[in-house]
Amino acid sequence: MPAETIPMLPAPLLEVRDLCVSFPSRGRMIPIVEHVSFTLGERDILGLVGESGSGKSVTAMALMGLIDSPGVQITGSALFRGQELVGLAQKQLLRLRGSEIAMIFQDPMTAFTPVYTIGWQIDEQIRAHERLSRKQARARTVELLADMGVPDPARTADRYPHQLSGGLRQRAMIAMALSCNPSLLIADEPTTALDVTVQAQILDLIRSLRSTYGSSVLLITHDMGVVAETCDTTLVLYSGRVAETGPTDALFAHPGHPYTAALLASIPPLDGPRPHRLPAIAGAPPAPLERPAGCAFAPRCSYAHETCRDAPPPLVPLVPAGQAGQAGQAGQNTGAQSAANIQQQSAQFAACVLPAEGTLLLPRLLEADTAMSSPGGIILGLSDQGIQPMLSSAGEPPL
Amino acid sequence: MTRRSDTAITPDASASASASASASARPLLDVRDVRKTYHLPRGQTLKAVDGISLSVMPGEVLGLVGESGCGKSTLGRCLLRLTDVSSGEILFEGQDITALKERALRPLRQQMQMVFQDSYASLNPRRRIGDLLAEPLRVHPDPDGRKRSRATITARLHELMDLVSLPVSALERYAHEFSGGQRQRINIARALALSPRLVVADEPVSALDVSVQAQIVNLFADLQARLGLTYVFIAHDLAVVRQISTSVAVMYLGAVVELGETDAVLHSPAHPYSAALTAAVPRPVVGAARAAPLGGDIPSPVARPAGCRFHTRCPFVQDRCRVEEPALHVIEPGHSVACHFPLAEG
Repeated sequence: MPAETIPMLPAPLLEVRDLCVSFPSRGRMIPIVEHVSFTLGERDILGLVGESGSGKSVTAMALMGLIDSPGVQITGSALFRGQELVGLAQKQLLRLRGSEIAMIFQDPMTAFTPVYTIGWQIDEQIRAHERLSRKQARARTVELLADMGVPDPARTADRYPHQLSGGLRQRAMIAMALSCNPSLLIADEPTTALDVTVQAQILDLIRSLRSTYGSSVLLITHDMGVVAETCDTTLVLYSGRVAETGPTDALFAHPGHPYTAALLASIPPLDGPRPHRLPAIAGAPPAPLERPAGCAFAPRCSYAHETCRDAPPPLVPLVPAGQAGQAGQAGQNTGAQSAANIQQQSAQFAACVLPAEGTLLLPRLLEADTAMSSPGGIILGLSDQGIQPMLSSAGEPPL
Repeated sequence: MTRRSDTAITPDASASASASASASARPLLDVRDVRKTYHLPRGQTLKAVDGISLSVMPGEVLGLVGESGCGKSTLGRCLLRLTDVSSGEILFEGQDITALKERALRPLRQQMQMVFQDSYASLNPRRRIGDLLAEPLRVHPDPDGRKRSRATITARLHELMDLVSLPVSALERYAHEFSGGQRQRINIARALALSPRLVVADEPVSALDVSVQAQIVNLFADLQARLGLTYVFIAHDLAVVRQISTSVAVMYLGAVVELGETDAVLHSPAHPYSAALTAAVPRPVVGAARAAPLGGDIPSPVARPAGCRFHTRCPFVQDRCRVEEPALHVIEPGHSVACHFPLAEG
């Protein structure tokens, strides 16, 4: 599959092109991640979302140079501020990791060593990258912990990981990750182990980082709710391949890939009418070795037809509302000029044959005006913008 | 809103909550002031379940929700007497199971089964699925008190596979050959082997991916309708609980803080904790307005706050809440809350 040309943002912080990761097993290579491309701008939050085994963590580990299993094959390119990360020597990676790119993990208990205090570990990280005295480092640590909303930061710094609650440990880990002011923070399921009320606090904190620390965040999660609340851009992975990518609001309002649409539909709603049955997706994602030759989702897809089974469909642009007419033309004529034109204007891409065939999925059914209020002045509802269909389905038979 | 000082939801109220689910007035499960206290070193005590009273009518699905450490799993285990209670009564069809000897309990065990979160850990990896599913049928006699024949058992196994939509060939295979969703189907089949009346499911879908989770939630709902089962469905995911439950009990630090019909509790919560919990769930919708998250952490259950157990995090805390513990009281038929100042109808 060729690399897709996604319109260039001004000076992206991270530009990943055609990243592939394969692991050897019993004499053959198992492709875990195939041709993943994305761009992360300064102060952007990009959500990498997918089910278990979709390759989201492996993608992040490959970017950080953290995959060292023998025989692993990483190809493609990942430019961080113009510097190639794929194949970079460990020595140079060491300089980048922690100071320029930092990572936080799902389980802060195993990310900290249990035998040193939280403060000691953050001090050490600071002193590994900067020439500071112990005292200066500790002052910075305490300040960071305070910034992360840790109560009584000076005393908390003297505590061991097991003495803190899950939420405080995660705050401490974010403090450690931010200690050298990295421009990129990779957060791998940072709230999955946390309770929902604490998750809300940590997501607030992550959202605030771009203004307080100027950090970009690559947020890896399986939770579509977390993505909707946190990320500017969303990349949906399915079985190691990009299924869909685009601005979060557009993608959630009008998913272009049947997998995205089905995944969103299968989440039980918390507001509005309760469906009699959940629209579940039949079957399970394929194992990497059993991935079909064509679209990986085809065996579970209700729109699948012959063209889906030949080769993995390339990422094609979906068209913003105004250009719906042109899209129809492009679909039929595939005129090089109009296609290029659309490519520049669209930011939402789906690896699916439907858009090229002129078949458009319907926008998500959401009750626009069922803004519900609950006690305590909490208003739950949708903004007008959130339900604007991105594609005009006029003239298309409903699917 | 009238306020009464009942310490528990009254039988009348609970019956009306599930009047549609059952014609019988007697609850299948009646929990009365159940406590489970663990004694820790240095004289500390952990009140995992701190005086819970509730009842579940036949055909009802009670969702037990709450964050980690709230005692929902401990309560679930107590309901089946997998854990002995420290005090209180648990009546299963009017019979107190907390006092029964193990031998007398055995016939009742057929009536109540459990499905666990970890579908892999619950299945012996070295035995075939058919063998695992046959075990309860071999251990327990049939309703006439006779040992089941091999042919009866095989026929039942085929029935069970059909119930959970797995091929009969699955019986010949081992747990590792299945995906997480399929393994959970097997666990459900085993729980149903003896045709129980009550199934306690402890986070049965939280280890599954969303696309598979929906299948299993649907399966639970189908089986409930088809077999007239009663569930106690323990989960931290409010959306899943809403999908399956007829009523919901919200737990916080070992106690039920709100209890009522699903839509009442989740859409017009009367307890500030229920409101905060519902509001904190991220919606998969861009632009959904978000409430300011609840501050602080859940206190340690070892050092439970005095007065209202939620007062340390409550945005509406008053002086009275710091000293006097609110009892669970009825605010409208079938809806009880443990709060001095319940939130008004939204």
